[in-house]
Amino acid sequence: MIKNEKILLLKKTWTLLETVNDPEVPVLSIIDLGIVRDVKINEDEIEVVITPTYSGCPAMDMISMNIKIALLEHGYQKIKITSVLSPAWTTDWMSENGKQKLKAFGIAPPTVKQQVCHTELFHDGEAIQCPHCNSYNTKLISQFGSTACKALYVCENCKEPFDYFKCH
Amino acid sequence: MNALIDYTLHLADNTLILGHRNSEWTGHGPILEQDIAISNIALDLIGQARNFYQYAATLINQSTTQPINTTTEDTLAYLRNTTYFKNCLLVEQTNGDWAKTILRQFFFSAYQFYLYQHLQNSKDETLAAIAEKSLKEVTYHLRWSSEWVIRLGDGTKESNLRIKKAVDDLWMYTDELFEAASYELSAMCEGIAVDLSLIKNDWQKKVKEIFEEATLAYPQEEKHEVAFHGKEGKHSEQLVNILAEMQFLQRTYPDSNW
Repeated sequence: MIKNEKILLLKKTWTLLETVNDPEVPVLSIIDLGIVRDVKINEDEIEVVITPTYSGCPAMDMISMNIKIALLEHGYQKIKITSVLSPAWTTDWMSENGKQKLKAFGIAPPTVKQQVCHTELFHDGEAIQCPHCNSYNTKLISQFGSTACKALYVCENCKEPFDYFKCH
Repeated sequence: MNALIDYTLHLADNTLILGHRNSEWTGHGPILEQDIAISNIALDLIGQARNFYQYAATLINQSTTQPINTTTEDTLAYLRNTTYFKNCLLVEQTNGDWAKTILRQFFFSAYQFYLYQHLQNSKDETLAAIAEKSLKEVTYHLRWSSEWVIRLGDGTKESNLRIKKAVDDLWMYTDELFEAASYELSAMCEGIAVDLSLIKNDWQKKVKEIFEEATLAYPQEEKHEVAFHGKEGKHSEQLVNILAEMQFLQRTYPDSNW
């Protein structure tokens, strides 16, 4: 394959991957989430390298399958999905676009400043903005939420509970 | 090679069995948010177990001359007998009440937290990568369980009694965490496994710190005569009960699928 063709194919593949959504947070594509780490061309085969958000993320098998289906539908034949663990996924890899989509969906996006969990106890850390009324007067209810990647908050202003896509 | 396989299985079994125990709380937690929390922790641990089992299966398949890959993460979890499991005795203990479950989680999370910090530098790249990935999750587990130990210890008279009882029940199983099994020693010499003497002090310091805040007395250092050694496959009847439930379906209906 000549060089230009390769570049075009890679570009096309990345664009196609933007149409594959996370099954648990369907407003986000796997590109928004930063799950896709690399796309490679090995002779006649296309290889997509992905990384899980959490070790136990039950969506990973489905995501692999959805990538295959999306590519097969567009004429790709030999597809290989590789999963890597290191470097470990971080919310820093989430796109700005993804964060805006999350907020519009009613989930507070991870804060811009990296603030991963530490062992300091009973410490709320940075205020999380309510995705509904934009108030910062919010309170952590639980570090664990409806999926592995979310924490549970409540807004003291509008009284609505909400999910926060926690920093990781 | 055998030491690496056994060590990987040991790490896998620890996380699977504790994950399974925690999952027994799903739908039975004291309040909804904490039911979700313990179920999330179960999911993280089972996810870590999958990563370790997948790696162990690859190693086992590479080391045999059989033409097909007969070992998988599922055969390792569902088709091995009790004596082949290498988890420590702490993780197989019954859930008891919330205080016992919390304390078991706290002892184990503090252990995992320091263990994975060192395992990240293992000469074995796959184990190092799993440790790096899992450490972020374990940090949440340690924080959550520490807060609960304090809440119960420094809470009401009843909660204080319950967590004290849990300390009496579980303390004897903490020695084993720092006693290296034969395969751990071999894997340690190869730069793969973590030297447990390096993390024992950190663990004790952490437990003392949290116990002090929880107004709990740190148990006297004494050698306990535990009659079995889980890491070497000598288990209590608790593991038999877990496996009977967990493996029933695959053993009764081999290869059944969702």
